[in-house]
Amino acid sequence: MNATRRAVLAAIPAAFAAPRIARAQGAAGRVVIIGGGFGGASAARFARDRFPALDVTLIEQSRTFTTCPYGNLVLAGRRSIESITFTYDRLAARGVRVIHQRAEAIDHAARRVRLADGSAVPYDRLIVSPGIDLRWGAIEGYDEAASARMPHGWAPYVQPITVLERQLRAMPEGGTFVMAIPDNPFRCPPGPYERISMVAEYFKRHKPRAKIIALDAKNGFSKQPLFQEAWEALYPGMIEWRGASNDGRVVRVDPAAMECITEFGDRVRGDVVNVIPPQSAGRIAREAGLANQSGWCPIKPATFESAQVPGIWVIGDATIAAPMPKSGFAASSHAKHAVACIAADLAGRPPPPAVFFNTCYSHVGEDYGISIVGVFRGGDRLVEVEGSGGISPRDAQLPPDRRAEFRRLESLYADGWYEAITGEMFG
Amino acid sequence: MRLAVLAAVAWSVGIGAAAAQVPDAALLAGACQGCHGATGEGGHGIPSIRQMQTQAEFVATMRAFRANERPNTVMGRIARGYTDAEIAALAQHFAKPQP
Repeated sequence: MNATRRAVLAAIPAAFAAPRIARAQGAAGRVVIIGGGFGGASAARFARDRFPALDVTLIEQSRTFTTCPYGNLVLAGRRSIESITFTYDRLAARGVRVIHQRAEAIDHAARRVRLADGSAVPYDRLIVSPGIDLRWGAIEGYDEAASARMPHGWAPYVQPITVLERQLRAMPEGGTFVMAIPDNPFRCPPGPYERISMVAEYFKRHKPRAKIIALDAKNGFSKQPLFQEAWEALYPGMIEWRGASNDGRVVRVDPAAMECITEFGDRVRGDVVNVIPPQSAGRIAREAGLANQSGWCPIKPATFESAQVPGIWVIGDATIAAPMPKSGFAASSHAKHAVACIAADLAGRPPPPAVFFNTCYSHVGEDYGISIVGVFRGGDRLVEVEGSGGISPRDAQLPPDRRAEFRRLESLYADGWYEAITGEMFG
Repeated sequence: MRLAVLAAVAWSVGIGAAAAQVPDAALLAGACQGCHGATGEGGHGIPSIRQMQTQAEFVATMRAFRANERPNTVMGRIARGYTDAEIAALAQHFAKPQP
């Protein structure tokens, strides 16, 4: 009896026996992380805090990180670019070895990452959080040169959001802002529609006769009923959204004429044109054989280990992880789970249960925020927990006296989310 | 204290023999920390969840969210995604230490 009880007590995981002590004992090992965005920075911090025996290296070419989230608030004039830009100093101070170099290649047979200067970083386990690449040429005529005239504002390390911001500021009153929005999958599913909203907020204040035409390669989008309800209430007559079945798919651009050409040949001219092109997993993931023919990286849903290259974990926007969206919060959720799986793997233990989480807030106007939530579990497949999650209630679902307060709170909580998640990564 | 440990053993054994099925509180807490902050401290109108309630109160709050019996914006949608065992693990992680 005593022996049995001792055995049971010995089996209690550290989290239960000493819940206040977040740190877990674990096997030592060199964990190298490629990419310092939401996925990579979250992985580095979590590995450092929770598994002190791990040696953690983060490889990130850039010395600063500007978030995609809240970039749309720069367009609205609510935020400065500086307020959404962070450094890796705190991560380094916490004991993460941060290497500001481009990761050229992964030599998985030798378990090392080759850097731009020719040196190599050896690893026991590798996490690749490469983000996305824009597929130049996927829309005919849309290459890097064209993006100077028709900014994408979708990958801050390629082009800062301020390029689009300057064009919007310079646009004449009564002008037209045209957006080309890609088909799924792409980074930040509600992002283009938050962008429409934040540009509308700016126009309403400074260019009230301006128009927005959104040309979309699909027929529906994230939080659609909430966005459209808000647009009608806040920006009546300003926004025209055209889905794929209404000839919304842009197949070609003419930067000289500032025109988007649709599938059936309609030419839509804008004074400012924002083209969000189709995307793929970041270069290094594709070159390392982590992506399949779709351009994205299949993973094992229970662990986020690559389904193509054992011993490499892939996280964030680059992965095929539907029904999880390609979001910063999702990347952070993948990151922590991947780190815990790696720690378990190094210690010869089974991986922890795979439970993932996402919340995406969108700002649609002053004191007006909306959200989508999801809880997910990974086994043979990744599934959303039935009966949970979903989008904020529509107006009709809220008592009239609660509507304004509900939207105001979600806008406030969006700011709280931003502070919390960036604080966790870079604070 | 000993009772609490034994209770934890009782339900962790009860939810399945496989050790892999025992909730990992530090991992689950990531969902909370994304908005409530790295230590649950809150901010921007998001309430602190750091040692604000006893474990029993924490569990009762989450159950009320789940049943939509407590006013909320996102918490009902979130709470319905987690099992009783997971909520108990989160209560241990965030709630006041047991006296």
